[in-house]
Amino acid sequence: MRTHEHHHHDHDHHHDHDHHSPPQPDDKVHSYYQILGTAVKELLIEKGVVTADEVRRMVERRDSITPANGAKVVARAWMDPEYRARLLKDANAAVKEFGIEMPTTHLVAVENTENLHNVVVCTLCSCYPRDLLGLPPSWYKSKAYRARVVSEPRAVLAEFGTQLADNVEVRVHDSTADMRYLVVPRRPGGTDGMSEDALAAIITRDTMIGVAVVEPMRN
Amino acid sequence: MRGPHDVGGLDFGPVENSTHDLTLWEKQIDAIRAVIGAKGIVSTHENRRTIEQLGHDVYDTLNYYERWTASLARQMIDKGILTQDEIDARVAQVRKRLADTGELELKEGA
Repeated sequence: MRTHEHHHHDHDHHHDHDHHSPPQPDDKVHSYYQILGTAVKELLIEKGVVTADEVRRMVERRDSITPANGAKVVARAWMDPEYRARLLKDANAAVKEFGIEMPTTHLVAVENTENLHNVVVCTLCSCYPRDLLGLPPSWYKSKAYRARVVSEPRAVLAEFGTQLADNVEVRVHDSTADMRYLVVPRRPGGTDGMSEDALAAIITRDTMIGVAVVEPMRN
Repeated sequence: MRGPHDVGGLDFGPVENSTHDLTLWEKQIDAIRAVIGAKGIVSTHENRRTIEQLGHDVYDTLNYYERWTASLARQMIDKGILTQDEIDARVAQVRKRLADTGELELKEGA
């Protein structure tokens, strides 16, 4: 498969530097499409279709949305049964209580239980609750994930280090442009007495996509 | 027949658990897409459709934000906001500017 790390130099080219170094963002332009993107951006700004300030502010806004937002929502659902019920019934309204607005998409919260594990994918592209969790990770957009998680979810989860018992039903949710999913992972043992903030800190992005489970506390 | 985007259920190798920090360029394309979406100029569905219509050759070769960029240019032409000639001329200008400042280091075949 292709990865998205297009800053990797091709292995067969003739430069001898940085062949073995990890991909690093750098200030060089490597792709024709980067030139095309710059050209289109400049033209759109000159024509007043967008302003440079709007683009800059949107970059900042997107950067400010992280999985920590979703973790707060899940931690609240773990702590507060009434909030949990509201979240499962109308997730858009429930996340709005945290100031998170998803005006153009329907958000559905799906809860993991002892017997049910939920996983989210967008087989056709990359639909993802961006307003809640930020931009999707590269692997979520990869063809391998999109292709396989619907046909062999247990094998894909195992590649993420997540082994599910045979008696646990796996339900895969395919997102659309209009409908996005949040997995509410199971609250692990050993977390009694933890504060909501402390709980939020152990809830990761991958557990809210459903490729991982929240690890039990070890003390 | 399946379009290039319609991969659900196909055989593929292992999922590479990669997270790639977006470059500023990718963030800007993402942001432009979000701004024109918020302004109602191009909907999510239109963006999806133009990406799906890139065809196998293009879709399978480009990475994620390269697809978005190709798609964005297509949408602006289709909507009469930009012309192909304008874009071509500006691409040539940007290319020269980057070459002059030493920032251009195109991959082979790019």
